[in-house]
Amino acid sequence: MIRVRRSAVIDAPLERVWAVLRDFNSHSAWHPAVGPSALERSEPPDQVGCVRDFTLKDGNHIREQLLALSDRDHASTYCILDATLPMRNYVATVQLKRVTDGDRTFWHWESTFDVPRGREREFEHLVGGQVYEAGFAGLAAYLRRGARSAAVLPAVESQGVVAMSFGGPEVLRLRRLEAPAPRSGEVRLRQTAIGVNYIDVYMRKGLYQMIEPPAPIGMEAAGVVVESNAPGLSAGDRVAYACLPPGAYVTMRTLPASQLVLLPDHVDEETAAALMLKGMTAEYLLHRTHRIQAGDTVLVHAAAGGVGLLLCQWARALGARVVGTVSTAAKAELAHANGCEHPIVTQNYSFAARTKQVSGGRGADVIYDGLGREAASENLAALATRGHWVSYGQATGALEPMSLGEKSGTFSQPVLFHYTAESLLPMAGRVFAALRDGTIRPDVRQRYPLAAAADAHRDLEARRTSGQIVLLA
Amino acid sequence: MIKVYTSSVIDAPADAVWARVRDFNGLPQWTPFVVDSRIEEGQPADRIGCVRNFRLRDGGVIRERLLTLSDYDYQCSYSILESPMGVENYVATLKLTPVTEGNRTFAEWWAEFDCAPERAQALAEQIGQGVFQAAFDSLKKVVAR
Repeated sequence: MIRVRRSAVIDAPLERVWAVLRDFNSHSAWHPAVGPSALERSEPPDQVGCVRDFTLKDGNHIREQLLALSDRDHASTYCILDATLPMRNYVATVQLKRVTDGDRTFWHWESTFDVPRGREREFEHLVGGQVYEAGFAGLAAYLRRGARSAAVLPAVESQGVVAMSFGGPEVLRLRRLEAPAPRSGEVRLRQTAIGVNYIDVYMRKGLYQMIEPPAPIGMEAAGVVVESNAPGLSAGDRVAYACLPPGAYVTMRTLPASQLVLLPDHVDEETAAALMLKGMTAEYLLHRTHRIQAGDTVLVHAAAGGVGLLLCQWARALGARVVGTVSTAAKAELAHANGCEHPIVTQNYSFAARTKQVSGGRGADVIYDGLGREAASENLAALATRGHWVSYGQATGALEPMSLGEKSGTFSQPVLFHYTAESLLPMAGRVFAALRDGTIRPDVRQRYPLAAAADAHRDLEARRTSGQIVLLA
Repeated sequence: MIKVYTSSVIDAPADAVWARVRDFNGLPQWTPFVVDSRIEEGQPADRIGCVRNFRLRDGGVIRERLLTLSDYDYQCSYSILESPMGVENYVATLKLTPVTEGNRTFAEWWAEFDCAPERAQALAEQIGQGVFQAAFDSLKKVVAR
């Protein structure tokens, strides 16, 4: 058990300091190490039992619960529920006392917790220095700043790839746009890398009514904060997002901070742009829509594609037997090298017999289906009894209504943004952790200048690409 | 019941400050208003229950009994047995806490007592500022590095 104690004197009256600290979700506004933070279930920040879910600027992700709050003693006690750091049984107390001599505030911050043997000094230093002492300085600076005067910023020029109408790649044109000044809770980004996804093609064709041309398309990007009007983010922070509304194919963009994820040092912007939408898609498909168990047979379509490769790598690491469909022998080789034990080369969506064969006649316990209509009958045939058919895309057309009764099957039709709306930070945190430990290995093979987005679409639609595609701004 | 609370920051490590204030017979060495002091019946100054008998600059005599003393918490408390101040049921506590930032000391001194209502405000002011704060100011100079 480690005990960490730090204390300081803040040159402000106790009431001012306590007004900030009694708000359990205020830390992103004043603590220099804390990134975006949200209270779960939208509970008030003085609700004992409320949980704050936040990311540290070093990329770690933490959930903490308020255990006690006393306006009489000016004290608050909280514990860590989950953290990507190896800390256990962490309970901390913050207490303020009045310094009558000079009307200042004495602030005592103390905790006890366990860490793996041999790492005690490292964590004493981390918690005492980078959390508590940095917090003292951060709050003192925050109080000195006072009510931050929101400077009136102008809109700035941005270059963007716009779908001038619905149609082929030729409707994409580079146009001059504007990124408005960030309002309260927003930041303005200079984007450096933009992810290309198949949904962008649907959007451009007008298959998904997501834009009204002329409008910029695109769902994910990474970049650097230029101006911030939101707590938890400041100019120079590296961030990424995958969110609605469309409009990521631009050089400058203004977005709500709640949609952004801080990038840990080990994640570069190109990797983030390639990984936010596809990585979080793989995360929820394998951990949330269906929880993969070791020994499951998993069928992944487009196994050499942007999401497909990540699904193969991650499902394999979770102990699944991975069967995948691809269109060429070269893609089969690539999928195999990425954890797909049984790649099936097929141009006409014929894979059920082989899937049953490699699973001892059982079929697939879970099918990750981005194909849709053309593969529907084969998918039903390939599904194991009591299997789970997860339709997360419909590249060949919308599925017709059908019965899964012959297999006692379960059907899901998940949408990424319904998952990120509730769990953005934990999802991104798990993707970054999987990236760090090598569970997933993005493979950016195609890079295009932003102005050449139409070429990227042509290559994607002609199945000339594999792995992830990024546009560089 | 009147409550008085005074606190200050002393620019010296808590163990150094505690070495001064733990001596129940040491008021003449660090306060500006005590001329001399002795412990009655030849008791050690850190024996719980001992009584200090000291004389103020203005000639007044005060007798106080040591109630608690903690070298672990850097804290002591005492009650007044006799004084010219006109207080009843007077119990005071002095406590030190380390301030890790700058290796300084947060010093608290508080008292609870009863008195005639019309004297409450003046007594609170006299004890909080005239005694506790004045003693802290003197202590800051005594322990100055």
